[in-house]
Amino acid sequence: MGRHMTAISLSHVDIAYDGQRVVHDVSFEVAAGESFALVGESGSGKSTVLKAIAGLAPEWTGQIEVLGQPGSHRPDRTLARHCQMVFQDPYGSLHPRKTVDAVLSEPLTIHRIGGQDARVEQALADVGLDRRFRFRYPHQLSGGQRQRVAIARALMLEPQVMLLDEPTSALDVSVQAEILNLLKRLRRERGLTYLMVTHNLPVVSFLCERMAVMNKGRIVEIAPATALHDGAFRDPYTQKLYAASGGD
Amino acid sequence: MTLLSVENLVVSFPTSRGRVNVVDGLSFELGRERLGIVGESGSGKSMTGRAILRLIRPPGRVEGRLSFEGQDLTSLGERDMRALRGARISMIMQDPRYSLNPVMTVGTQIEEALRVHERLPRRDMRARVRDMLEAVRIDDPDRVARLYPHEVSGGMGQRVMIAMMLIPRPSLLIADEPTSALDVSVQGDVLRLIDDLVRDHGMGLILISHDLPLVARYCDRILVMNAGRMVETCDAGDLHAASHPYTKGLLAAVPRMHETRDELPVMDRSAWAGT
Ligand SMILES: Nc1ncnc2c1ncn2[C@@H]1O[C@H](COP(=O)(O)OP(=O)(O)OP(=O)(O)O)[C@@H](O)[C@H]1O
Ligand SMILES: Nc1ncnc2c1ncn2[C@@H]1O[C@H](COP(=O)(O)OP(=O)(O)OP(=O)(O)O)[C@@H](O)[C@H]1O
Ligand SMILES: [Mg+2]
Ligand SMILES: [Mg+2]
Repeated sequence: MGRHMTAISLSHVDIAYDGQRVVHDVSFEVAAGESFALVGESGSGKSTVLKAIAGLAPEWTGQIEVLGQPGSHRPDRTLARHCQMVFQDPYGSLHPRKTVDAVLSEPLTIHRIGGQDARVEQALADVGLDRRFRFRYPHQLSGGQRQRVAIARALMLEPQVMLLDEPTSALDVSVQAEILNLLKRLRRERGLTYLMVTHNLPVVSFLCERMAVMNKGRIVEIAPATALHDGAFRDPYTQKLYAASGGD
Repeated sequence: MTLLSVENLVVSFPTSRGRVNVVDGLSFELGRERLGIVGESGSGKSMTGRAILRLIRPPGRVEGRLSFEGQDLTSLGERDMRALRGARISMIMQDPRYSLNPVMTVGTQIEEALRVHERLPRRDMRARVRDMLEAVRIDDPDRVARLYPHEVSGGMGQRVMIAMMLIPRPSLLIADEPTSALDVSVQGDVLRLIDDLVRDHGMGLILISHDLPLVARYCDRILVMNAGRMVETCDAGDLHAASHPYTKGLLAAVPRMHETRDELPVMDRSAWAGT
């Protein structure tokens, strides 16, 4: 896959679980190298949109493209090479009987990538975990340490696109700052594209150019992140969210 | 009046470098008030909560004195402890969807939590569960009650856990990052609900959170932890004027709504090592 101007594109996407539709008619595009935020009410379908893009929510209709390739209805190895997801709760996504080392080496083995030892060390250092943690199991880590392992795992394959579901909501502010700085640096150095779910508007202000706001399964507004400076939103739900977040 | 007193609490685990104290001589007292615990990832916040409920499993080890409503928790048998958990002391776990029983609907799980507290006819039970789900701002409580944990969203999972822990009306609630997946508006409602119990029923609250503005706004008192120890404690309203460099470091790392910094300040961990 070469370089594309548009990294992610969704057009009239509906998504259902067991026939019950939870996401309605979602359309947006994320340019290559852009950071795009998805914010909105709890239960409005943000994680579901990310899962559909990653091929993990099979019941979708409409059009999804990632780096010019049509979206998939099942997990797809070629897609995984270029597009990685960090899940909302790292507990469920880390295998309880695999050490941190095994979790981080596995994607390299699957995709036959060498230099594993050095890459694992680097990835741990990138997310601020020292060597002590390399051979621990998930239950021997704190919540924030687990989340950092999940982020490190997603970075192992050096993807071009990252789908980040509340990547820093389990992290204290100091580690959050390190991870946000890291994401920003990686984007500058490698031109990564981020689609990030968060309920933290200041995080959007720091990292993203644009944001889509979801409410009850629909996108109600797409706005530039600079709207967070002055509250220039037109949708009533967004205005409420902004005011409740301490914006004025 | 003192509800909980923690004296010289030590939680340790064996590691390749010998036994390490992840909570290292922590002491504090809690009345019928709201105490916020903040601190970096790995500083021992969750382990402190788990130790109070005696949920640290071997090879982990707990030392020190814990007393709750005048009762010595360390000497209680496992059976008495089980009766206490969920009835008089509840803990909202940091990982809600993972802490819930995966093969039971969330409605049934909340019913079970209520049953510990009181016996009610089935219909009334259902109604109470429904009211509780509505109180945590779940709009369609009947649908959600029938879902399994993997079928609810992250924020719904947190609210189910909160509903489950509040329904028996505990005297002490330990809430570990209870609202980290909630948007601010739902968060406000959930915190008000917890507040009602503090005010009207004299519940004590330990709120573990990395959201410093939230803790400053919501709690009465704040305890700042680093590497298993307390570095500072202050009235919540005075957090912005905290004196310890570690606390100041935390405050500076908070992103702002009108963010203009290209890089957020990170903490220089060597600065207070050994303090
Ligand atoms: N596996 C599933 N089976 C059935 N329904 C599901 C499943 N996963 C999610 N849902 C439902 O889909 C809706 C959207 O959930 P989703 O997880 O996408 O919300 P969200 O916007 O990410 O919320 P949050 O901010 O709380 O994480 C919810 O009503 C949820 O109950
Ligand atoms: N079984 C274990 N063996 C060794 N160390 C452990 C074990 N369980 C936890 N730890 C360590 O104990 C320390 C304290 O963990 P705790 O979960 O209390 O952190 P926390 O302050 O809640 O952090 P977070 O904000 O990331 O949730 C962490 O450094 C963690 O790695
Ligand atoms: Mg979600
Ligand atoms: Mg914790």
